[in-house]
Amino acid sequence: MARAVSTRRQVAVSIFAWLVGLAIFFPILWTVLTSFKTEAEAIASPPSFLLFDWTLDNYAEVQERSDYFRHFMNSVVISLGSTLLGLLIAIPAAWSMAFVPAKRTKDVLMWMLSTKMLPPVGVLIPIYLIFRDTGLLDTQIGLVIVLTLINLPIIVWMLFTYFREIPGEILEASRMDGAELRSEIIYVLVPMAVPGIASTLLLNIILAWNEAFWTLNLTAAKAAPLTAFIASYSSPEGLFYAKLSAASTMAIAPILILGWFSQKQLVRGLTFGAVK
Amino acid sequence: MGHISLKQVTKNFGSTEVIKPLDLEINEGEFVVFVGPSGCGKSTLLRLIAGLEDISSGVIEIDGVDATHTPPAKRRLAMVFQSYALYPHMTVRKNIAFPLKMAGMEKAEADKRIENAAKILNLTDYLERRPGQLSGGQRQRVAIGRAIVREPAAFLFDEPLSNLDAALRVNMRLEISELHNSLATTMIYVTHDQVEAMTMADKIVVLSAGRIEQVGSPLDLYRSPKNLFVAGFIGSPKMNFIEGPHAQKFGAATVGVRPEHITLSTTEGEWSGKVNVSEHLGSDTFLHVEVPGIGTITARADGEFGVHHGDTVYLTPAPDKLHRFDAQGQSI
Repeated sequence: MARAVSTRRQVAVSIFAWLVGLAIFFPILWTVLTSFKTEAEAIASPPSFLLFDWTLDNYAEVQERSDYFRHFMNSVVISLGSTLLGLLIAIPAAWSMAFVPAKRTKDVLMWMLSTKMLPPVGVLIPIYLIFRDTGLLDTQIGLVIVLTLINLPIIVWMLFTYFREIPGEILEASRMDGAELRSEIIYVLVPMAVPGIASTLLLNIILAWNEAFWTLNLTAAKAAPLTAFIASYSSPEGLFYAKLSAASTMAIAPILILGWFSQKQLVRGLTFGAVK
Repeated sequence: MGHISLKQVTKNFGSTEVIKPLDLEINEGEFVVFVGPSGCGKSTLLRLIAGLEDISSGVIEIDGVDATHTPPAKRRLAMVFQSYALYPHMTVRKNIAFPLKMAGMEKAEADKRIENAAKILNLTDYLERRPGQLSGGQRQRVAIGRAIVREPAAFLFDEPLSNLDAALRVNMRLEISELHNSLATTMIYVTHDQVEAMTMADKIVVLSAGRIEQVGSPLDLYRSPKNLFVAGFIGSPKMNFIEGPHAQKFGAATVGVRPEHITLSTTEGEWSGKVNVSEHLGSDTFLHVEVPGIGTITARADGEFGVHHGDTVYLTPAPDKLHRFDAQGQSI
């Protein structure tokens, strides 16, 4: 039986939800608004909310000073590349953990997750030295590798949760039907897990897109993605809030749009297995 | 094609011995049913033959070739699962085509076989649907279709009818038997239902606690069960067991008599007792009679045999149909 909720209570809850939503969204909104202000208005006190001289100068200047498109392409290559490489490694790994678990499978999963608890700065020096000696510094491939490794535990965990929901008998049926391991994964497991794989893919693209620690520390100019593009506007000679905001807006816009259109997938991915 | 032999096959899960060393010959074209109570190891045994589980020791030969370490994909066996295990993302046609695709069969030949299988199984109108749009019986047919198209050395059925309702179960039982007659391919069928075992099998393998209790034709097992377990498991309603002085009279620790081998009378007989419950099935009446000093005896009577709760009846077992067992439960 549905619980009866009074109209007043409903209104109160809705208002509260809107307030929380706005509080979360406000920094993004403020960044976007600031990007249309002049530098003087951007630091004016008290700040003006909507009544200011709207200008596109910041965008023009940002595009002029640094090549947005090159950074954008680096971000695309790095986030897509690391996610696809991650999936390629994680699908067989999650398959084996979900369908042929061993005594220590749970421990392996926990151990993988535990690597996410290590502060990345703890391994910065060794990784930096390895990258320097192998010529991977400031290369797209170097960042693809490092971001794959960073996000792999999450990819494996998400896929593992999905795969566990698939009845093992269907995979056994494919084996009886003459499918070898490769065919079993390509023709049976992956098509059945498409929703799960899609949300894993999306979430990891977002994580990789927004990753700033490794991308800032391991790149200089050639392979720098949009995170480095933003960071370059918080310069030693002083902050330029309006330009920084314009750069940020340009950097987050693509991923925001992707996220908007794939909301349903993402929510399903993040709450999968919570009920049932 | 389709001769399977198991030699000293065992299976352990950790320290638990699920299948004790066993030997079994399954001849070409035979319909063999593994039957036993749940947990007796019958499904495990089937999965060992399929290759879905590795055996712990022993040898499995298929058509004279050692297949012990052959992966399931290469054993040329087809399996029908209890849950049907259809591919939910494929249409019925693609489900049936899958094993042919895996075998790399030419499309024209594959299409011919699919159409043929669909015709045999009445699936022609459903080929473009997905499993989710089919009823349980239709799904089971698709699972069978997927098994027959590749013309395997043997079919393995793992309790294929237990998810169907009673009427459909009887139909499918007949269809599977007809299929066996027309294909003449070896079939191994696992069930816990002794009626399925009796009606379908050429050879029944009765399992209990990971051990083969007896192998034989349905009538062999019915007529001469080797021990108490088989005697009690085969036949419905169950055989009556009588112990103590009444059994000693026949020189046995336990005497068994089937309900259908007891003559009933309202006037005279070997044992007398009061009717506890009478079950009228129309064609037959089953009486559960409380006999002092023996216990409850089930007896079959004519459908028109008119007795009620509390009436006194007389029971006489047919002397040539008595089964005698020693103290170890083995048939004498």
